[in-house]
Amino acid sequence: MTVVNAVLQGVFLGAFYAVLACGLSIMFGVMRIINLAHGDVAVLGAYIIYVIVERTGLSAFAAFAVALPVMVVLGYILQLTVLERSLKSGILTPLLATFGLSIVIQNLLQLAFSPDVRSLGGSAGSVTTASWQVTSGLSVSALGLLVLVVAVVLFAALQLFLSRTRAGWVMRATAEDPDAAELVGIDSRSVYARATAIAVAIAGLGGLFLGIRSVFDPVSGPTQLIFAFEAVVIGGMGSLWGTLLGGISLGVAQTVGAQIHPQFAVMAGHLLFLAVLIVRFGGARLVPQGARRALSSFRTA
Amino acid sequence: MKVQRWTRTSRLFTGGTLVAAILLAGVPLVFESDVVQKLTTLLILVLLAVMWNALAGYGGLLSVGQQAFIGIGAYGTVFFAAQGVSPYVAMLLATLLAGAISVPISLFALRLRAAQFAIGMWVIAEVISIVVRLDQNLGAGTGISLIQLNQYEPNFRQAYTFWLALAFTVIFLAALFFLLRSPLGASLQAIRDDEDAARSLGVRVAARKRLLFVLAAFGCGAAGVLVVANTLFIEPSSVFSVQWSAYMIFMVLVGGLGTFEGPILGAILLFAIQTTFTQGGPWYLVGLGATAALFALVLPRGLWGTVEERLGLRLLPVGYRVVEAKRDEAAA
Repeated sequence: MTVVNAVLQGVFLGAFYAVLACGLSIMFGVMRIINLAHGDVAVLGAYIIYVIVERTGLSAFAAFAVALPVMVVLGYILQLTVLERSLKSGILTPLLATFGLSIVIQNLLQLAFSPDVRSLGGSAGSVTTASWQVTSGLSVSALGLLVLVVAVVLFAALQLFLSRTRAGWVMRATAEDPDAAELVGIDSRSVYARATAIAVAIAGLGGLFLGIRSVFDPVSGPTQLIFAFEAVVIGGMGSLWGTLLGGISLGVAQTVGAQIHPQFAVMAGHLLFLAVLIVRFGGARLVPQGARRALSSFRTA
Repeated sequence: MKVQRWTRTSRLFTGGTLVAAILLAGVPLVFESDVVQKLTTLLILVLLAVMWNALAGYGGLLSVGQQAFIGIGAYGTVFFAAQGVSPYVAMLLATLLAGAISVPISLFALRLRAAQFAIGMWVIAEVISIVVRLDQNLGAGTGISLIQLNQYEPNFRQAYTFWLALAFTVIFLAALFFLLRSPLGASLQAIRDDEDAARSLGVRVAARKRLLFVLAAFGCGAAGVLVVANTLFIEPSSVFSVQWSAYMIFMVLVGGLGTFEGPILGAILLFAIQTTFTQGGPWYLVGLGATAALFALVLPRGLWGTVEERLGLRLLPVGYRVVEAKRDEAAA
């Protein structure tokens, strides 16, 4: 029963990772770049929500609604000041520039808010404490369920946006071939800016959940980035639903790993990530054929 | 038209560098131990910058996980010293260990590209850091001292560490210098300039990158050894910190990615900044991050790369240059 419970808690945790990873996945899918400051952007979102809660006394959820337009604007600014320039000059430049940005965000947060840990848990209402005891060893927390539902709705909404709306088609066309898209009159710059704005807004949602689920401090970002990136890679880079599955796999690996040894939780996630990379790119000969086929069919699912 | 490698300036400068290295060896005999300790830090920075540049500048491999090898070097020293070998022998063994571990890592890490390689290396560093944290004999998460060095009188210890740092820096710089000047080096610089074109001309890109990867691991391992020898105490959260990667990226970007001299210049600049703003602090790191990002976006060849381009200046020549007949005569 403890294993079943660990898997269930892992699914909830993984849904949170999927939300964190979503923006990263979008930016990679559309622009083929990885924003190394993505985790720090999520933490920045958590701080923005925190400030709104402190100033206005709103609940964390209402404060998130207020913070959302701020995040969208930040996304546009990020695109226009850093990413657009870096896109033009090779594959290393976006990584270098966003790594620098990551250090800047962490330390500006340090200056503004001190290194103390903060939480949004107190301002999120009863959802943080409510839970249902299914059987003696199995409990479903309201927060875990909420994050899972939000994650599924978020990914479904993005899927609909990309497959059913004109803006979504334009985005997919630009992702497929920006030069050809330009030929038919699509302004790839504005498509990229929109994608980044969406990604940063979703990172803000990740920040909300981060703050409600646990605590955060100015240097929480890199860990969030690693988990988000692991989710993206496990699920298959560039695949949206893959990211949801990847996040959940990572979460389950961590909670099941914690059953072996509390300090093994994060390690188990890292090992899953490295195993997926090895199977996909590395010494494929080292892995039995059957396991490889199973993993690669999971990727395309 | 004539192809040449050396100019009068570069001959003078390379000779000057050698003389400077010999003079540096005398530093512990003349200066106080705090000066010696600071210069050891400078040499560690030079070593790290040059190694990171070997990987990113020539191999096109951007790693944010070189702290894995720094940590292996540092913790390896503590481990071997605890087994009873002399601490200085332990330092050499730990350097070899870092290089040896990089070979199996390279088998799969080098198949990754761009962000996957960058973050993949970061995750590998995290995994090694967790393994160290789980080991009580290595002080777990709280850190451990290299007590075996206490048997040496502080001034002597400081001097030995400095000489070791100098020896490591000279050896690794010379190794990279001669590697880049060899026929092998021509292929490395071809990979730097255009990987696909180099491959199509028959350059064995994967083997060349492995060479750089292992060299950089050796060098970073050596830097880790020097860190523990210089500070005598290490803990996982600092020695495996991604901050090392931030420093390396800053030094190489500001100095000049893919140039031989640039990273050395970058290390000296970072050292100067660190000694000026002794307390470090958030503002200093904001400046560091912003400068690195700005250089990546606006001046991707860094200070030295720009100077080199504008003035055609090469002080430690690893490439060749084409000289027109007239200028050649004038130079002669």
